[in-house]
Amino acid sequence: MQTRRKTLRNSALVAGLLAASGLFPGYALAFNAKAFEAKNLTDVLKALGLGTPTESKDVSITGPDIAENGAVVPVGASTTLAGVKQLLLLVEKNPSALIASFNVSDSVDANITTRAKMGQSSDVYAVALLADGRVLFAKKEIKVTLGGCGG
Amino acid sequence: MADPMRIRAQAAGGNATVRVLMAHEMETGQRKDAAGKVIPAWHITNITATHNGNTVLTGEWGPAVAKNPFLQFIVKGAKAGDKISINWKDNRGESRTDEATVS
Repeated sequence: MQTRRKTLRNSALVAGLLAASGLFPGYALAFNAKAFEAKNLTDVLKALGLGTPTESKDVSITGPDIAENGAVVPVGASTTLAGVKQLLLLVEKNPSALIASFNVSDSVDANITTRAKMGQSSDVYAVALLADGRVLFAKKEIKVTLGGCGG
Repeated sequence: MADPMRIRAQAAGGNATVRVLMAHEMETGQRKDAAGKVIPAWHITNITATHNGNTVLTGEWGPAVAKNPFLQFIVKGAKAGDKISINWKDNRGESRTDEATVS
């Protein structure tokens, strides 16, 4: 038990260091702490090493217009385009803007739904990263009546 | 450790819709307890989903995913009897894997 925990901790430390120094590509398995600390869409993409995003009708974000409980807001990101490598979900006004990032393989549809915490009413973005380097996004405003980050 | 994940995988028209409900506190690291001390962040950081042993989806999660996270995705080419397994790792180094069969 002790050895395994130490090994896990050591590898997590190394992964954290590597991720912080930006050596890991954006879709590596290691936890990209910098991307999760960024405060808005542009900073998240910069932390992941990606270019400027373009709004696109081919990416869609699903979610309620008004979320009664900010602690549990169902949100989904999907796109009909081929060659999607990654799907990101962001909430603009959260202390940590990036909710989740999913690396999609060819065996899954580029269509993910999960539940996020929203601190306040804000824009929610779904960003799709395509294999050809394009960064496309869609956004939706979700109003929150009761904040979800513990306030 | 945590309660088992609830995984439902249903085949429909050549694909399988997989819904997973995981049991995890997902502390953001923003809350304070009664004494005023910040409760440290404790949340799932990585997710891996495999279909018959092949990794089909990986994800990185931040503290903003809701408590007891829900995840839904669609696996192409999955049919009844296939095995779907979900594994998560959190920032404390704990992890859990659960498996389900597509129905």
